[in-house]
Amino acid sequence: MLDAIQRLGRVTLGFFERLGRGHLFLLQVLVSLPGIVLRPGLVLRQMYSVGVLTLVIIVVSGLFVGMVMGLQGYNTLVDFGAEESLGVLVALSLVRELGPVVTALLFAGRAGSALSAEIGLMKATEQLSGMEMMAVDPIQRVIAPRFLAAFLSMPLLAAIFSAVGVYGGWFIGVGLLGVDDGAFWAQMQDKVDLYDDIYNGVIKSIVFGFVVGWIALFEGSDTLPTAEGVSRATTQTVVHSALVVLGLDFVLTALMFGD
Amino acid sequence: MPEPVVKIRDLRFARGNRLIFDGVNLDIYADCVTAIMGPSGTGKTTLLKLIGGQLRPLSGSIRVYGEEVPHLGRQALYRLRRRIGMLFQTGALLTDIDVFENVAYPIREHTRLPEALVRDLVLMKLEAVGLRGAAQLMPGQLSGGMARRVALARAIALDPMMVLYDEPFTGQDPISMGVLVKLIRELNDALDLTSVVVSHDVAETCAIADYAYLLSDGKVVEHGEPDALRESSSDWSQQFLKALPDGPVAFHYPAVSFRDDLLQGGQR
Repeated sequence: MLDAIQRLGRVTLGFFERLGRGHLFLLQVLVSLPGIVLRPGLVLRQMYSVGVLTLVIIVVSGLFVGMVMGLQGYNTLVDFGAEESLGVLVALSLVRELGPVVTALLFAGRAGSALSAEIGLMKATEQLSGMEMMAVDPIQRVIAPRFLAAFLSMPLLAAIFSAVGVYGGWFIGVGLLGVDDGAFWAQMQDKVDLYDDIYNGVIKSIVFGFVVGWIALFEGSDTLPTAEGVSRATTQTVVHSALVVLGLDFVLTALMFGD
Repeated sequence: MPEPVVKIRDLRFARGNRLIFDGVNLDIYADCVTAIMGPSGTGKTTLLKLIGGQLRPLSGSIRVYGEEVPHLGRQALYRLRRRIGMLFQTGALLTDIDVFENVAYPIREHTRLPEALVRDLVLMKLEAVGLRGAAQLMPGQLSGGMARRVALARAIALDPMMVLYDEPFTGQDPISMGVLVKLIRELNDALDLTSVVVSHDVAETCAIADYAYLLSDGKVVEHGEPDALRESSSDWSQQFLKALPDGPVAFHYPAVSFRDDLLQGGQR
């Protein structure tokens, strides 16, 4: 019994210690962000590997999610004779929810895990230590540009996901199932609000970009410098990011659309 | 006697509950190659990290070029590190850029020199380690010995006053070992460097060292010029320097008697 309590205490303390380390890490990253403005080349290079290289999976997934939405939505709406609202259904689901959330999950799987593995291996091969000894701050030189790239890429990727998804829904609904083209777009224009829907979706994806970048980079730099440590860091990045994104999505949705 | 450039007094350092250093005193003089030797796990690399300010001691003083390293703020520490080059055991080259860019890295980070001058400087450093022809290779294409020579070129890129070598000879074939031994001594003399070589390769290290420290169990066991150490009367030093399998450092890990262990019957 005592053993169990001791173990629980140790696990709890360990959890809070790590949480504290994570926040200190974030603080260091945020403090070194202004220095990055002077070297936009570093951020651009990272945006290529974090953002552009994630584009394929985002576009393909967006297309299929939109097509499934078109199919499912049509089958439900047609029973009520409301199939012309398909555009609204597809657009609102994508812009408010699926765009930011699915993009964040895919981003964590593709770019987040890659970031963790890269930073973890740099640590294991003493590259970060080497930079410190060359009087180069690894947080500023390596971590901050990657964080900023993740933060900036996520809203762009989510927007692309939603846009492609809408076309996927249009292709199925209008192209294959015969929904009226004009009604599809006109109802969407009428019902999708710039502030309530699109801006709130963008805010969500900004928040998700922030947390996924933070988790991925912290897991990478907090890992044990061994093969097992790096593999655990990549797994934890995906698992923790997914849980935090889904949890935060609920909180944000309640705050934005709760009333 | 001139003032030492590195002066360590009563150094104590622990990892978790394990005391790594317990009252280490050590002096490193300018323009000399100083060897720090000891068995694996005695904290030789840790000592270099303490000198470079990457770790902080429990207590004691570490003075490098007159500055008390554990008390330095970030800016001051980074200023000091620009005067110190370090060669890591693995080389620690950045794997996403080629050899040329690796050597250029500290120059580009700390200076605003025109590109033509950066190129000349990098080629000079690479020529010094014999790898000018490998400038366009990626770190993954280098052998272990070449990677260490590139790392050495990078360590001297900003013309430091002191270079710290962490196990430079480990895992090297005889030819690369010979090359590294020669390079460390020649660079030390040609560039008026101060070199600190941490190693357990006794023969190679003693061949180039002006002065040597033997570390064991968190203390300096013995120090002196390599020739004098070889004549030492200490059993431990003799065992370490002559690589004897048994002596004060026992061949057997501490255990209950072999007979009792065998008669225990079935239980692990």
